[in-house]
Amino acid sequence: MVKVFIYPTNSFILADLVTRSGHEPLVIMNQVREKVTSLSVDSPPLNITSEDTNLGLKYAAIEVPAGVRGRMALMGPMIEEAEAGIIVEDAPADFGCSGCNRTNELFKYLARTHVDRSLILEIRYPSNEEQMHDFVYTILDFLKTLPTETKSEKGSGKK
Amino acid sequence: MSGSKPLKMANADEEKLCLDSEPPKNFEHGPETKPPKTKPKREAKVKIALVSCGTEYGGVQHAFEQAADKVNAEFIYPEIDVAVLDTIGKDFGIEAASGDLRLMMARAQAVVRGETIADGVFITTCFRCAEAAIVRNEVRRYIHKYSNVPVISYSFTEQTDAATLYTRFEALTTIAKRRHLLAREVQHGITAGIDSGSTTTKAVIMKDNRIIGYGWVPSNEVIESAEKALTLALEMSGIDRSEIQALGTTGYGRYLVGQHYNADLVQEEITTNSKGAVYLAKIQKGPATVIDIGGMDNKAISVEDGIPGMFTMGGICAGASGRFFETVAKRLNVDITELGDLAMKGHQKNVPMNSYCIVFGTQSLVNSLAGGALPKDVAAAACRSVVEQIYQQQLQEVDVKEPVILVGGSSLIKGVPRELSDLLNVKVIVPENSHLIGAVGAALLVSGFVEE
Repeated sequence: MVKVFIYPTNSFILADLVTRSGHEPLVIMNQVREKVTSLSVDSPPLNITSEDTNLGLKYAAIEVPAGVRGRMALMGPMIEEAEAGIIVEDAPADFGCSGCNRTNELFKYLARTHVDRSLILEIRYPSNEEQMHDFVYTILDFLKTLPTETKSEKGSGKK
Repeated sequence: MSGSKPLKMANADEEKLCLDSEPPKNFEHGPETKPPKTKPKREAKVKIALVSCGTEYGGVQHAFEQAADKVNAEFIYPEIDVAVLDTIGKDFGIEAASGDLRLMMARAQAVVRGETIADGVFITTCFRCAEAAIVRNEVRRYIHKYSNVPVISYSFTEQTDAATLYTRFEALTTIAKRRHLLAREVQHGITAGIDSGSTTTKAVIMKDNRIIGYGWVPSNEVIESAEKALTLALEMSGIDRSEIQALGTTGYGRYLVGQHYNADLVQEEITTNSKGAVYLAKIQKGPATVIDIGGMDNKAISVEDGIPGMFTMGGICAGASGRFFETVAKRLNVDITELGDLAMKGHQKNVPMNSYCIVFGTQSLVNSLAGGALPKDVAAAACRSVVEQIYQQQLQEVDVKEPVILVGGSSLIKGVPRELSDLLNVKVIVPENSHLIGAVGAALLVSGFVEE
């Protein structure tokens, strides 16, 4: 099982496919859940405060808008954890959407530079039913090729 | 606090007219509001549609909620069909790549079509995002053009706090819910208005639709300055303070001063300044644009029949405000009152100056003089620089409709209206007593409380 980032980062369909294949999807919903179930909720609904936008400075400079840095405070750690990934391009809004295209650009760039490119599937969203079947099978086939052990599991085995 | 006795305009137990309270019991001529016989109920919250690119991700949602709550408003989020997000770009006309910007367009459309009932709209996007700035501006124009819902826009950073937004929200809710207050065009009885500004404090006494006395003093300690200004105004008018039938306050120190004098009206400066400007310019009907260059910030207000429609408030730095003129006058070794005459003799084109920031502006000033520039040209360039900042930072967000009324202390510096007129290529009106607009607006509006 490896940790797989998905793009769009909130796509339930992609997350479901990853889970069904025995891997762990890295999704923004988990990051949000951590934020909103923390002891102090200072800024509902997502509880993102100016502290988070400062944390986002790890991924984007100060001149990058606050909304991008706030989103990166959630999405950046996902990239750091990721061992593989799936990027779906041209998806409609109801498939998943992070809302800010500047964040999308940064997220995909950082993911492509952080994760081994051979372990990232980049695929276009289908436009008809036939393509839809291919879309799902391509993703499932890709997920089957991924290692069954995480980096940390491998590391502990060697020790 | 001076030893003078505070004015006693209303029963101390009565509530003041703030946005989250009922009008006081002596409010008999407020258009449709009668004094409640039973314990006053809290007014229904003003519904502000939040149309944004995702304030919840910007670390500012809490500040926004706080500011809204303080003016008895709440945010609503216009509901849309998510599938619309894939088509709204072409439908609206801007094919924005960001989903949340498409959401902004869809939500604006829901408000305009009446699918969501909102009292006002607050459009906000991240500062420094070009795509968002384009959408924010066009969405604002779209709502303004196709609906009567008051709208304000703002670009936020993570440093935006509730205090920054408070005056804007107060004005938005006043326009949305208290239009009757703004409908007043004639002053009745004897009323006083105090404008506790960041740089100067102004007070006026009005009687039967005329200004009969005014005071204008530098702002130091807030109450003390207000008292000095009011005393001067009373002396000039020959009126005893006990004769004042109603008193209104505005400006940065409005709450403190209002509390001290037990004021009948405590009102933010967007609405009082709009009313004061159109009243003094005698343009109470039809469209107008009010530009107020204050000591610390500027306001650009698009007005229709004396009621603000769109407005912007702020200024990136003191470089674009009256403070810069003080710095320039000091460096040129002239009194601030002489700066305008000096500027009228000079030509701004002879001196490059950018007062985007007061530090850079001062550097330009010093470098120009060191390079042999004439003081009159420097004075003219300073005027040009300030109006350029207003043009670049504020008039881009407000549709300039003629006539343009220039008010605020800086309007008295003659070079300023000349440069503004030259820049906008429109006639700029500076009404008599243009520096007193806030106090006049407050005295005018509060006359609704005078018993006839």
